[in-house]
Amino acid sequence: MKNTGLILAIVFQLTQLLLVVLAAPLLTGWVNQCKAWLQNRSGAGVLQPYRALNKLFHKDAVIADNASWLFRITPYIVFGCMWLAAAIIPIIAVDLPFSRAADVIALVGVFALARMFIALAAMDVGTSFGSMGARREMLVSFLAEPALLMVLFTASLISQSTQLTHIVETFAHHQFILYPSLAFANIAFVMVLLAENARIPVDNPSTHLELTMIHEAMILEYSARHLALIEWASSLKLFAYIGIGIALFLPQGIIEAGNWAGLPVAIALLFGKLVLLGAGLALLEAMTAKVRIFRVPEFLGTAFLLAVLGLLIHFLLGT
Amino acid sequence: MQIPLILQFVNLLASILLLVVFAMLAQRRILSLINLFAWQGGILALSTFVVAYSTRQHHLYYSAGLTLVLKVLLLPWLLHRLIRKLQIRQEVETLINIPTTMLVGIGLVIFSFNLAAPIAELAQGITRGLIGIALASVLLSLLMMMTRRKAITQVVAFLSLENSLFFAATSATQGMPLVVEFGIALDVLVATFIFGIFFFQIRETFDSLDISHMEKLKDD
Amino acid sequence: MIELPLLVLLATPLLGGIVLALLGARSWAAEINSLMSGCTFAISVWLAIVVIGSGPQTAFQEQFFIDQFNVFLVALTAFVAFTTSLFSRPYMRIEQHHGKLSTAMLHLYYSMYQLFTFTMLVALTTNNMGIIWVAMEAATLTTVLLVSLYRTPASLEAAWKYFILCGVGIALALFGTILLYFAAQRVLGSGGTALLWTHLNQVKGQLEPTVLKLAFVFLLVGYGTKIGLVPLHSWLPDAHAEGPTPVSAVLSGLLLNVALCAVMRSKVLVDGSLGNHFSGNLMMGFGLLSLVVAALFLSRQKDIKRMFAYSSIEHMGLITFSFGMGGQVATFAALLHMTMHSLTKSAIFFAVGHAVQKTGTQQMDHIRGLIHVSPTVGWGLMLGSLAILGMPPFGVFASEFLIITSAMHDYPWTTPFLLTALGIAFAAIFGRVQPMVYGQTSAKALPHTPALIPVFLHLLLVLILGLYMPPYLANWYRQAAALLS
Repeated sequence: MKNTGLILAIVFQLTQLLLVVLAAPLLTGWVNQCKAWLQNRSGAGVLQPYRALNKLFHKDAVIADNASWLFRITPYIVFGCMWLAAAIIPIIAVDLPFSRAADVIALVGVFALARMFIALAAMDVGTSFGSMGARREMLVSFLAEPALLMVLFTASLISQSTQLTHIVETFAHHQFILYPSLAFANIAFVMVLLAENARIPVDNPSTHLELTMIHEAMILEYSARHLALIEWASSLKLFAYIGIGIALFLPQGIIEAGNWAGLPVAIALLFGKLVLLGAGLALLEAMTAKVRIFRVPEFLGTAFLLAVLGLLIHFLLGT
Repeated sequence: MQIPLILQFVNLLASILLLVVFAMLAQRRILSLINLFAWQGGILALSTFVVAYSTRQHHLYYSAGLTLVLKVLLLPWLLHRLIRKLQIRQEVETLINIPTTMLVGIGLVIFSFNLAAPIAELAQGITRGLIGIALASVLLSLLMMMTRRKAITQVVAFLSLENSLFFAATSATQGMPLVVEFGIALDVLVATFIFGIFFFQIRETFDSLDISHMEKLKDD
Repeated sequence: MIELPLLVLLATPLLGGIVLALLGARSWAAEINSLMSGCTFAISVWLAIVVIGSGPQTAFQEQFFIDQFNVFLVALTAFVAFTTSLFSRPYMRIEQHHGKLSTAMLHLYYSMYQLFTFTMLVALTTNNMGIIWVAMEAATLTTVLLVSLYRTPASLEAAWKYFILCGVGIALALFGTILLYFAAQRVLGSGGTALLWTHLNQVKGQLEPTVLKLAFVFLLVGYGTKIGLVPLHSWLPDAHAEGPTPVSAVLSGLLLNVALCAVMRSKVLVDGSLGNHFSGNLMMGFGLLSLVVAALFLSRQKDIKRMFAYSSIEHMGLITFSFGMGGQVATFAALLHMTMHSLTKSAIFFAVGHAVQKTGTQQMDHIRGLIHVSPTVGWGLMLGSLAILGMPPFGVFASEFLIITSAMHDYPWTTPFLLTALGIAFAAIFGRVQPMVYGQTSAKALPHTPALIPVFLHLLLVLILGLYMPPYLANWYRQAAALLS
């Protein structure tokens, strides 16, 4: 009986892994499509990221002469990290085997690891754009990380656990309670999400304007399969972040591992949420203007402030 | 520990109120500041209404209505008119830069929550924590008042201070006696009119609403 | 039984304010103002006699409460308001004659003067801690436009500072009141009675100490801004220096007292709840700080009205300190000093007003030889200054002596501070006033004769009280002191 439970859990884990890795470009495509619609363009279709990945995988990689092994290995590490993160987060079910591997703090660490590698690789080739992008990326993440941790701590305090699985269980399977602190955390999280995923107003994923780009500046030297992996990893990161958001703020519908009957409903619900949240993200991006890089600290400072306020309000109201 | 949903809603509104005060503290444009002030009034009216409904205190409905008329409609409208009439420039000018103000603000919130913690332990249900939030809003409004350079932003800060106090009066204590509330509302209204008179006098005399012109009286 | 005098007492200034607001631009507005103030004073005496005869009582569904403490302040307020109105009649005419004030401004002045008296009387007589707040705020609102009456840049600045600082201060007091209500609600239940002072006073032992402690801090800081306690005093010298002199006189002589009365009402409740000397210590600290800082600032002033404004801060500090010490004797001394200060300081401002009108400047370096220009103004200023500095045989000496002896007895460590501060103040004021009164001058006479009867009436009262305290008055003070301690 115990064995079957374990096997079932592993099956669920594999389902999630596959689902995530396959659906991530779709989410990116959907967000881009929504943005196109909001800008009165017809857009390239939601499947465009797949086509782009396909194209990139079929090209030959060009690598700078002075690139070291670090440059080559980074795409794989980044992709691996993001996939792992997406596996840890309870996206379709709680109590998955991987979820015990890391709590939210370790999850932030996984993201940090990927970021460190990509920044090192950007500087590895020695172009000025790469170094500049790396520097800016580190600045953004340096400011975003405390805010993210504060958001996660707020949720952890409420659920008395740093395991995402437990957090989801607390929120999803108990009576509905309004947590003002979570409302604050929610806004802060959205701001962190925008910053960490190189979205407007912090960065613009669709331009290569040298004065403003952050993420794109770091990966300018990559091509072909390496670029494909990094792009895919970016999609996975967005998916993972939205997954965390769902787990923290919208966990209704995440089932327990082994609940076959609930699986189709869970997946349908997940897609519903992703469609809505993706559209929301596009709307948010369409409505805001990109801020100057000097204002990014203020933007993320606000996120941090909100997260801290959420934490404080939790202590005060103590519900 | 479970408290009714409607009271959780009041808690949520209280938190939003605090958020609005922070937003006002961070605001760089005067018109947006006034809009935020109107929002603050709206949240105040709503929370008063919810408290009135949940505690069945009829006089609080009047307070809610009064707040709605006075603080959401009348005062912001007056301020907008004043700005148009006086042709004030749009930027809020601060004495300390905004991120520093925010950090000080967080400090104030921690301070006031600490101060209110023993009270929160005493209070039952609804009022738990609301005093702390009200106190934090009061202190933040004070901070805004101290760090702004223009007369009109100081006035908005003053009104936000009154709003925070009104919140403490209606939500945290479930309503002061009606006569007191009316007295307070009347005072605020008269104060706003006097502020308006002052704006014209100050502008007539100094050709500007920047109160840094008014730093002549000093002890030396 | 006290309903009738109370009703008439409050109705008279309100009516006066309305009548003057409607008809104020007439030439006889000043007479109406004095008449109304005179009536108010007469009624306050009537009320005082009734209350002393029959003891503390409430009126109008307990919304008002009169005891020996506040009826004493009511009488004092009405008296000083009356004499100030007598003083302001010729004073304001001269200002108008000099072209400093227009008829419209006088119109505003007279109606606001009556309304200001009304708000102070409401603040003093109400039983409702919330209404005290409302009345105190209304008192600010009625006086703020009076401070900027001259419309000079400096007066506007002073009024703005006054408005903002007192607005903030009073807002903090409201928070304190809310906390008080919050604590009272748990004992008395919500509704009308939970803010009534008489009810609170009965259950003060059951009020939650932690809440009351916090509430008192807010109330003290809030109303303390009005009292002019350091470090919240910065509006006070400006408002006193830039406003018209009658306004300085009533602000200094009356409004500060009313604010102090509100603090004392709160202190009684807090002491009952906490059962320790927390509020007293706080008041002593603020009082001592105000006394010392004001004395130091005093010696550096160049503007005569500013200097006496700082002297008001100093004396308010002393009174607050004395109330803070608590106990029968100290409270008695504080009440006595409150009376003496009100009478003396308003007399000084009257004299200063005329001195300024004669010389056309408020700078002390330019005021010289008052005794040659007008012996009455010169003597008034000299005697008033001697009185406020605590020279025997004036009453201020008696009250200060009482305060210092009780401080020596209960808190010996404060004595050096008290004596040093009073010494500095003495040196500063006396050193400034002496050349102003006796120096050489070339100033011209005024077209209107100054009304100096109020000056000498006040000083005479101070002198009499210093020499001989009528037994019924002493008894009255004693009863009031007993109520407070």
